[in-house]
Amino acid sequence: MKARVHITLRNGVLDPQGKAIHNALGALGFDGVREVRQGKVIDLDLADTDETGARARIERMCEKLLANTTIENYAIELC
Amino acid sequence: MKAAIVLFPGTNREIDMKDALERAGAATEMVWHGDAEAPPCDLIVLPGGFSHGDYLRCGAMAAHSPVMRDVVARARAGAPVLGVCNGFQMLIETGLLPGALLRNAGLNFVCRDVHLRLENRRLPLTGALAEGDVIRVPVAHGDGNYFADDETLRRLEGEGRIVFRYVAGPDETEERANPNGSAAGVAGVVNDAGNVLGMMPHPEDATGPRQQSRDAAPLFDGLVEALS
Amino acid sequence: MSAEPAVTPNVVAEHGLTEDEYARILEIVGREPNITELGIFSAMWNEHCSYKSSRVWLKTLPTRAPWVICGPGENAGAVDIGDGQAAVFKMESHNHPSFIEPRQGAATGVGGIMRDVFTMGARPIATMNALRFGAPGHPRTRHLVAGVVGGVGSYGNCVGVPTVGGETTFHGSYDGNNLVNAMCVGLAPADRIFYAAAGVVGAPVVYVGSSTGRDGIHGASMASAGFDEDAGEKRPTVQVGDPFTEKLLLEACLELMATDSIIGIQDMGAAGLTCSSVEMADKGHAGIDLDLDATPRREEGMTAYELMLSESQERMLMAIRPEAEERARAIFEKWELDFAVVGRITDTGRLVVRKDGRVRADLPVKPLSDRAPVYERPWVETPPRAALAPGDAPAPVSTQDALATLMGSPDLCSRRWIWEQYDHLVMGRTAQRPGGDAAVVETPGVEGKGIAITTDCTPRYCEADPAMGGRQAVAEAFRNLTAVGARPLAATDCLNFGNPERPDIMGTFVGAIGGLGEACRALDMPIVSGNVSFYNETDGRAVQPTPTIGAIGLIDDLDFMARIGFGGEGQAIVVIGDTAGHLGASLYLREIAGREDGAPPPVDLGAERRNGDAVRGLIRRGDVAACHDVSDGGLLVALAEMALASGIGFSVDRPAGAPPAHAFWFGEDQARYVVAVDGDGAGVVRGARNAGVAATVLGAAGGDSLTVDGASPISLKTVRDRHESWLPAYMAGPGRATAEDRRWR
Repeated sequence: MKARVHITLRNGVLDPQGKAIHNALGALGFDGVREVRQGKVIDLDLADTDETGARARIERMCEKLLANTTIENYAIELC
Repeated sequence: MKAAIVLFPGTNREIDMKDALERAGAATEMVWHGDAEAPPCDLIVLPGGFSHGDYLRCGAMAAHSPVMRDVVARARAGAPVLGVCNGFQMLIETGLLPGALLRNAGLNFVCRDVHLRLENRRLPLTGALAEGDVIRVPVAHGDGNYFADDETLRRLEGEGRIVFRYVAGPDETEERANPNGSAAGVAGVVNDAGNVLGMMPHPEDATGPRQQSRDAAPLFDGLVEALS
Repeated sequence: MSAEPAVTPNVVAEHGLTEDEYARILEIVGREPNITELGIFSAMWNEHCSYKSSRVWLKTLPTRAPWVICGPGENAGAVDIGDGQAAVFKMESHNHPSFIEPRQGAATGVGGIMRDVFTMGARPIATMNALRFGAPGHPRTRHLVAGVVGGVGSYGNCVGVPTVGGETTFHGSYDGNNLVNAMCVGLAPADRIFYAAAGVVGAPVVYVGSSTGRDGIHGASMASAGFDEDAGEKRPTVQVGDPFTEKLLLEACLELMATDSIIGIQDMGAAGLTCSSVEMADKGHAGIDLDLDATPRREEGMTAYELMLSESQERMLMAIRPEAEERARAIFEKWELDFAVVGRITDTGRLVVRKDGRVRADLPVKPLSDRAPVYERPWVETPPRAALAPGDAPAPVSTQDALATLMGSPDLCSRRWIWEQYDHLVMGRTAQRPGGDAAVVETPGVEGKGIAITTDCTPRYCEADPAMGGRQAVAEAFRNLTAVGARPLAATDCLNFGNPERPDIMGTFVGAIGGLGEACRALDMPIVSGNVSFYNETDGRAVQPTPTIGAIGLIDDLDFMARIGFGGEGQAIVVIGDTAGHLGASLYLREIAGREDGAPPPVDLGAERRNGDAVRGLIRRGDVAACHDVSDGGLLVALAEMALASGIGFSVDRPAGAPPAHAFWFGEDQARYVVAVDGDGAGVVRGARNAGVAATVLGAAGGDSLTVDGASPISLKTVRDRHESWLPAYMAGPGRATAEDRRWR
């Protein structure tokens, strides 16, 4: 089973890289971009076959290592 | 006084730390991250570097190393722990210290001298420095931008747990004083019990006769004295 | 798996081999080579690995001295620095990859040069880099600067080796070909240096480090071809650096080297497994069998051809003592690195490569290197330029304004924006940080002893007169080392030129080598390692000839190390050396008058030696408080740099009988230093003159402004603002991702 974890900064946490991308887009003439927030995507290839069990396991992975929940949110996508 | 310096794959300032501690009269021992526990000692040091390449998040993987279970347990039981730069990032990832360290506001890695003011009441870990003392020490990091929510910052301030703060040195603008955009100019914080200190700057690189500042030598001298 | 491609004339040509070269291959092999064998020949015989256009000239350089332990031909050079220690160092180019993908190209350049040094058994203690970019106004320049600086920093910072300095300049000739030259210095026990040769028959050949992917295939061939319009298409071949793995590889190798396990070791750099295995067998007068099925891979379905030519980074090949295999494996596994026995040393004298049970290549080892083509390319001497008399260059409206303009110009402004992104302090032994004449690192293990390091070249001089420019590069390195109080020991060269098949370009190369050789002999600085990078040209426009010199020197006692900042108010300022006011090919001429003509300043090697030895003597005796080499921008720029470094101004006057003001203050005459001394300077002047060295008191340090010839002073703050602002302002400008850039992505 394959899974994709999206990790994004929580609202209110400063995102210097997102800000820089925002500025660069402006410099390129892309107007009307209100905000840019960047994050990361982690692809997992799991031996699991049970969706519910896999989701619970990935949640534990996120809480323990993949995301820093002080500043980051995560979303899990099973495919 | 004996200090255990923990080595992770990618640690690179262990020699700087060893030299600084030994100059102040401490004995040191290197400990591999894969060991089950640190040896008996008076101080545990998590030195600077790029543990695990700083991949995923700085310090995140190191925080889960086998030896860190012992370090965390001993820290919670009151053992003195000092984390510098990458070590500070690890202490935050273990939850021993509050907040987070984000990418520098200027996005670039920054290596230069900064000025730090000792803000806290004296702790064993701040050695012979007096509150209000300003020292010149280098920083060298890409992710040292301290972040905490307002409530946490207020609490840290109220409890005197912001130990070091970036301040402007002579002829330095306020803008340049803070090298990374840290909230409230935070350069180092301590846990509520006062035994776990994390800081981004490198006091160990401001202690030797050939280094351009020796301002941090009293810090190590006092540290060794307090823990002997 | 598809059938192997046939070796057709087209395929031969695509591998950069000429008809004559292919005929020689047929003669050596005695049959038609298969595609893997052709790839191996192509990698071994291209310019980058074989030095076929430069070899006859490189042989003319001095490479020996009593203190040289290992000269050119190994991974790096090594010199004895006393106390049982050897300094191991080399400089290498990574120009083409850094132009295509600046961040990864520069990063892997740093990684490669560090591996060259620790392959020899030395722990890297410092790196430097010499960077040449196109005109600031060129649409790609800003993007390239940001990428290259970021790449150099990201790699060195992570591995934990301080990047202690270097040089960065801009010129339109580099618009289509920037140069990234990286130097690394390491320290090894003088009696424990490791070499490539592996002549013990039966010894296991071990592959360690990262696993192999398809990155960089044709990288070495790419480094030997000029760019044309579609260079952007070559981008997928650029390697990606992993400094974390490099750090682990460094620690694992040094740990293994402390045991008696290694017979021969070779970094897998350009042309990866091919070059390293051939070199190991060739130098050991042996053969080598490789089993590619045992090679750690990270991609599916890789062919023998791809595995032999991949340039995946952070890999090493070693031949180890048979009984040491388990010990070696345990060390590499502890550091979480791939470790695989991929072959044996044999007595057949042949390179035999197997995969999937079949022999994929079977070639004689010796001819792969011995019979590589060597060309005496036709060349023409660079026509000399007319010298420029001081009166031929226009005088500025005001000396102060000209100074402020120069101090804020792209080639003279502060490089702080660059070196603050480099961890120049890690390891805790940086005794002199970037911004001085040479960086100084205290030697681990011997307190109070220092190694001084510098990189130098003035390409505009080399363009005007390659021989004089070659001399000057060595002379300036000698001066920079001298100015911190170091005794120059040896040098490494990184020679960057255009297409050697053009007689005019080849002429600049021949001229420059001649100049380098003369200066190295006169100043006792043998060349112990180096690299040549040709084909730095785009659409027929070549870079300025850029023979970069990296050099090291020794300071026996760091208590007598000089810095450039004035030591205090009231100190006398003395210039050592003669000032005739040479403005030809100077920065003054280019930045103030907008001209690049004229002959460069002559380099009198006797005067360099005499003046340098005198200055070093003054520093050793503790007679001078500060010292600075006079180079780009001339005397007044040197003085302003000393003022900025100390925060102390000065007042100076042109002596009676001196050349006109602009020629005196901005002329770039060689063999000069400025020293600051306590008192009135009369003692230093007398001592110098007794040694046959010119010395003149110009004035005194003091105050917070600069006063020249009694004219109205210019404040130090004004000069500082100009000096510090250009680069950050430039880099903050627009265009990091312009339409032009996207074409290159």
